[in-house]
Amino acid sequence: MGDYRELWSNLGMDLDKHDILCEALPEAFGSIYLTQENRPENMNYFNYALAEVHGARIEEINEAKANGKKVVGTFCVFVPDEVILAAGAVGVGLCSGSQFWIEDGEKVLPRNLCPLIKAFVGAKVSRTCPYFQSSDMIVGETTCDGKKKAYEIVEEYMPVHVMELPQMKREKNYEQWKDEIKLFISRMEELTGNKVTVENLKKAIDLVNRKRRALKRLYDLRKNTPSPISGLDALLVTQVAFLDDIERFIENTNALCDELEERVKNLEPTGKKRIMITGTPMAVPNWKLHSIVEGLDAEIVVEETCTGTRYFEGEVSTEGDTIDDLLKNLADRYMNINCACFTPNNDRTEDIIKYAEEYNVDGVIYYNLSFCHTYAIEYKKVENALAEKSIPLLNIETDYSEEDSGQIKTRVEAFLEMIGSGEKLHTVS
Amino acid sequence: MYYVGIDIGSTASKVSVFDDQELIFNIVMPTGWNSVDTSNKIKEELDKNKIDLENAKVVATGYGRISVPYADKTITEITCHGKGAYYLAGKDMMTVVDIGGQDTKIINIENGRVTNFLMNDKCAAGTGRFLELMANTLGVTLEEMSYMALKGEDLNITSMCTVFAESEVISLIGSGAKREDIARGVINSIIGRITTLLNKQGIRGDVYLTGGLCELASFIQLLSEKIDRKVNTSSLARYAGSIGGALLAKNI
Repeated sequence: MGDYRELWSNLGMDLDKHDILCEALPEAFGSIYLTQENRPENMNYFNYALAEVHGARIEEINEAKANGKKVVGTFCVFVPDEVILAAGAVGVGLCSGSQFWIEDGEKVLPRNLCPLIKAFVGAKVSRTCPYFQSSDMIVGETTCDGKKKAYEIVEEYMPVHVMELPQMKREKNYEQWKDEIKLFISRMEELTGNKVTVENLKKAIDLVNRKRRALKRLYDLRKNTPSPISGLDALLVTQVAFLDDIERFIENTNALCDELEERVKNLEPTGKKRIMITGTPMAVPNWKLHSIVEGLDAEIVVEETCTGTRYFEGEVSTEGDTIDDLLKNLADRYMNINCACFTPNNDRTEDIIKYAEEYNVDGVIYYNLSFCHTYAIEYKKVENALAEKSIPLLNIETDYSEEDSGQIKTRVEAFLEMIGSGEKLHTVS
Repeated sequence: MYYVGIDIGSTASKVSVFDDQELIFNIVMPTGWNSVDTSNKIKEELDKNKIDLENAKVVATGYGRISVPYADKTITEITCHGKGAYYLAGKDMMTVVDIGGQDTKIINIENGRVTNFLMNDKCAAGTGRFLELMANTLGVTLEEMSYMALKGEDLNITSMCTVFAESEVISLIGSGAKREDIARGVINSIIGRITTLLNKQGIRGDVYLTGGLCELASFIQLLSEKIDRKVNTSSLARYAGSIGGALLAKNI
C-alpha cells in the first residue's frame, strides 16, 4: 500500500490507531488467503483491491468528491444502490467486520449486542474507517432493533438517512417500501443537487443488474464438483463488491469467471465435503468461519447470506416509462429478499433447501452472529425443515473474537466426520 | 497389531489399547500444563506395557489431539465418544451425555454413528471444571461433594457463571448454610444445565453418561431423577473417547 497519511489526516482519521489496523490486516490476509494453493490468476485483482481497501480506493473516492460527487455509505442489502447511482453519487459499504472496532463500539453501546453493530459504530467513533470518514451521509434501515437504535448514536457524528423497512410482506408493505424508496430519492436529490430521472434510473438499474449477473455467474460456477474457486475467494469477491467501483468490479469478476469456466473443464475430484453457509453477513475482514471450514477437508460452495445470494439474486425490471413504474420494480425486487427481519419468512427456508440441491451440498452450517435475535430464532424453523429433508445442519453462534476458534474447529470437524464417514463407521463394530 | 486411542482432555488424558481381539488395558492421567509432555508420558507408559508403536495404529482425540506427534490420525472427541459409548453399551439408539473438564456434549448415536450433536457454549458453566471448582471451595473432593449432596436439601445457586457461582458459594458458607445443602445446590445447578441441553437436543433411546463423572453414583442418581429416566454408564465410561479412538484406529 502506498503512502496515504496525508489523505487520511485530511479525512480526520485517528492515524495512530488506524496504523494498528493497517498492520494487522495484511498479516491476517496473508496467512488466510495467500497460503491457499492453486488460486485463480484473476484473484490477483481482488487481492489488490483488498490490499488497497483503505488506500487507492479511498483516494479514488476522494478524487470523485473533489469533482463534486457525493459519497453515501450504506450498510445493508436493502438500500437500493440504483438510487445512489442515478443521483450521480458514489455508494460504499461501511466498515463493520473486525474485532478491532468492538472496543470503541462498546464505549457507546451495550456489550450484549451483535458484533456487526458494535464494530460499525466503533469504526465511526474511533475515526478509523476511511469509508465513514469519506461519506457525506450514511443510509440506514430498520432491519433490526440494534441497528435502528445505533443510527441514533451515529447521527451525533454525521448525517444519517434511515429507511423504514416493513417487516411483513403484505401488499401494503410493498407500497410502503415503494414510498420509502421515493423518500430516499428526494433525500438523494437534495444531497447531490441532481435529479433522478427515468433515464438515469433505468441506466443505474441496468448497471446494478449487471453486477448481480456477474456474481450470479460466479456462484453458478461454484455448483461444479469440485468448485473451481474456494469459498474464501468467492467471499472476498462479494466483500469487494460492496466497496469497489461497480464497472471495474463487473469487468474483473467476469474475467475471473472466464478463467473459472476453463478451469472446470479439467478439475479432478477432491472428495472435499461441500458446505453451505446460511445466516448472518460476513463483512471485511470477517473470514473466520470460512478459514476454519476450508482449513479442514471441506469447501464452502454457497452462502445464503447478505454477503452471498441475498445480495445478488433477483434482478430489477427496467420495464415501464415512469419513475413510479421503476419504483414499483425496485420495491418488488428488494422486498423479495428473504431476511429474517420479516415475519413470516418461510421463503428463506425454501431458498436454503433449493440451494442445497442446486449446489449439491453435503451439509449446511448456520452462521449466527451473537445477539442477532431474528436469525437465532429462525434457526428452529430451518432446523425442522432441513431435518425433514435429511440435510445435516450445524449451528455456530459466534462473534469476531478468536477465543472460540478452537471449539468451532472441533464442532465443524465433528460435523464433517458425521456427514462424511457414516458408511465407513457403520461397517466396523 | 495394537490399536491405541489417546484422548487428551482439558483435565484428564485417557489411553485405551486393543489387540486384534479385545480391549487389553486403559490408562488415565492428569493432562497437566502441556499436552505435548502428556503425550510423551503416554508414550513411556505404552513402552512400559510393551506396546510397540511400530506395530500399532494410533488415533488421537480430545482437545489436545493435535499434540500427539506419533498419532496416525486425529478424530474429534464427538465421533470417538459416540463410537466408544456404542461399544460399552451396545444399544442401537443412544443419547450420550459427555461431561468433560471443559465442555459438555450431547451426542445422538445410531449404531455407533453420530447423527447429531450439541455442545455447551464457550464457558465453564455445566462442565466438570465447574464441579471441581465448587468442591474446592467447599474444601471437599468431588466424590465427597456428590455424596454430601444426597443428604442435603436443594438450595438455589442462581449464578450461571462459574466465577460468580464461586463467590455465591463462598457467601453461602459465610451465611452459615449447611454444606450438604450447598453441595446439593451445586450439583443441581450443573444438572439443570445438562437437562436444558438434553431437552434442546432431544433424547433418543437410552441415556448414557461418559466422562469423568461416570463413577459418581449420587450424581447419576440426581441426574436420573431430574430427567426422569435411567442414566446408564459404566466404570469404563470415562474411557469412552479413547476406546472409540482405538476402535476407529482399526479403520486406518
